[in-house]
Amino acid sequence: MSRETILSAILNNQPQATKLPEYLQFDSPSKEVITEKFVQMINLIGGRVVVIHKLEDIDLYISEHFKVSDQIITPIEGLKYYTSFTGDEKPHQFVNTEFAFFKTHFAVAENGAIWITEDLMGQRVLPFITQHLGMVVEEENIIVNMHEAYKIIENQDYGFGTFIAGPSKTADIEQSLVLGAHGARSMTIFLVKSVPKFFNT
Amino acid sequence: MDKLNTLKHSELSDLFNKDEERVNWHDDTLWWIRAKRDKAAHGISEWELLRETASQIKNNVLSNLYNYLIEFESKAQANGIKVHWAANAEEHNKIVLSLLQSKGINQMVKSKSMLTEECHLNQYLEDNGIDVIDSDLGERIVQLAKEPPSHIVLPCIHKKKEEIGQIFHENLGTEAGVSDPQILTETARIHLRETFLTRKSALTGVNFAIAETGEFVVCTNEGNADMGAHLADIHIACMGIEKIIPKKKHLSVFLRLLTRSATGQPITTYSSHFKKPRKGQEMHIVLVDNGRSIQLGREDFRNSLKCIRCGACMNTCPVYRRSGGHSYHNAIAGPIGAILAPNLDMKEYADLPFASTLCGSCTNVCPVKIDIHDQLYKWRQVIVKEGNTTVAKTIAMKVMDFTLSSPTRFKLAGKIGRWTLKHAPFTVNNQFNLWFKNREMPEAPKESFSEWYKRNNTEK
Repeated sequence: MSRETILSAILNNQPQATKLPEYLQFDSPSKEVITEKFVQMINLIGGRVVVIHKLEDIDLYISEHFKVSDQIITPIEGLKYYTSFTGDEKPHQFVNTEFAFFKTHFAVAENGAIWITEDLMGQRVLPFITQHLGMVVEEENIIVNMHEAYKIIENQDYGFGTFIAGPSKTADIEQSLVLGAHGARSMTIFLVKSVPKFFNT
Repeated sequence: MDKLNTLKHSELSDLFNKDEERVNWHDDTLWWIRAKRDKAAHGISEWELLRETASQIKNNVLSNLYNYLIEFESKAQANGIKVHWAANAEEHNKIVLSLLQSKGINQMVKSKSMLTEECHLNQYLEDNGIDVIDSDLGERIVQLAKEPPSHIVLPCIHKKKEEIGQIFHENLGTEAGVSDPQILTETARIHLRETFLTRKSALTGVNFAIAETGEFVVCTNEGNADMGAHLADIHIACMGIEKIIPKKKHLSVFLRLLTRSATGQPITTYSSHFKKPRKGQEMHIVLVDNGRSIQLGREDFRNSLKCIRCGACMNTCPVYRRSGGHSYHNAIAGPIGAILAPNLDMKEYADLPFASTLCGSCTNVCPVKIDIHDQLYKWRQVIVKEGNTTVAKTIAMKVMDFTLSSPTRFKLAGKIGRWTLKHAPFTVNNQFNLWFKNREMPEAPKESFSEWYKRNNTEK
């Protein structure tokens, strides 16, 4: 079998063992400017940020941006949504989704990437097949960079997880940037602002 | 293409260089991408430390590949993924075909995978009655044009929008003369949505595979890999064995480097981690050797296996920018292609390590610190030693050796050269002299440096 042939060739040919680098702490950007940096990155990669204070505020955004006849889907429980959704649908059934929005685990300030796993998607295909995408990000869940990100992901189990950074895009035709390649045409971040501690009673 | 395949890099470059305006445009476009890479890299204070870290991780991978592959296999299997091993391109293609045939599938959608280009999978599947549609926009364009990609990240970087408009007019029914990228992209989106929805099988490449967890990561900007994989009943992911990395946390280093090096973006739009098949879906991984284990044993060249396929070395290369990707007559063009290809077939690709000025820019931008220009230089020596250079080049090198190894002969040759340039320029200013192509011959100096030195020393 080829497995044995390949593995024995590798064993014969691989060089002397070298050590893995010690874990290195990289810390840009700085923690103080983390929300500003994140918002700046989202704008740079073609997304937009809408500040909200509670999840229900998303309904207002939807009523302003979409028609009642549009198929709008979210796996977030307890929210008013317009198309019934169980999660047991065939992925192909979501083909006419106009807007889908999700809770997420965290967002990364250095590049605007948002980490979401299958359990928060309802269906793997949904964040990709929807025409427009919404992502709920709690301000306190914005982290500095990818090294911090994997400290969290390291301890997660999932069947599928992805970083999403902005709407789908391509520049394959003469390097002209076009938003809306095969995935979502737009990405809106619903940034849930943290309430400063002294307001808590 | 068959005839083109027999041509060598310099001849193919000549063809590309017939249209000077296009060469300048190609050159400028790629340099612009290189400049974006610089801006992104300079935005991170620890950039050089990241490169060094990535390089060390990859060195470790090569030194422990045996264990990592076995670890990856068992973890992936535990996750419900079926793992296949292919010693070469032929076996890889057979595995993919048999997976499709076992399901009675004759249509497949594919996202970008340079490995399948290397294995010429599309041709093989088409010969066996399978319809393959490439879903990356650039790859779809070159597929419709019946051409190979000319760049690993930007497959149709050599095409003007008017040409793409014409291809779309002929194949996808857009109006004649339409060349607006926005309209063409929208047309492709609609055409490929239909494809995604109707294909039962999807093939993707793999950017990174993690030994520790048995998962693999696929990066795209367009979302085409995800659209294909999440709608298909069977997802086949094909990867070269060198794509393994030890631990999940190492992704942080590579994902920070990959797109900044490739296009100057902070990260791709999608970095998808596939760990388990979704309910009711089959997921397969094909691990492909195809010469990699041999390259691993070549001490001078094994570092080429550290490559993460960002394309930075192409964008910066003064030769690639002016000769075009197709001049390398290999799935992977540019400096990295020129050090990978001779391992596969030294005779066929003997010209590629010479398609370089050895300026070293490729090595300077490489995010995993591959000594690309050193390897180009070393390949030249191996290729000449094994007798794989043309007769003309061999004779020219022998004459050079004969001349340069004796001070008397060197001095005499210099004299003859200066005399010829001065008194009989027509003997060198003609098509038989390769140095005359695209440049003027220099004016002959009055004397050589050693003559000048001697004169000035005696006058003291």
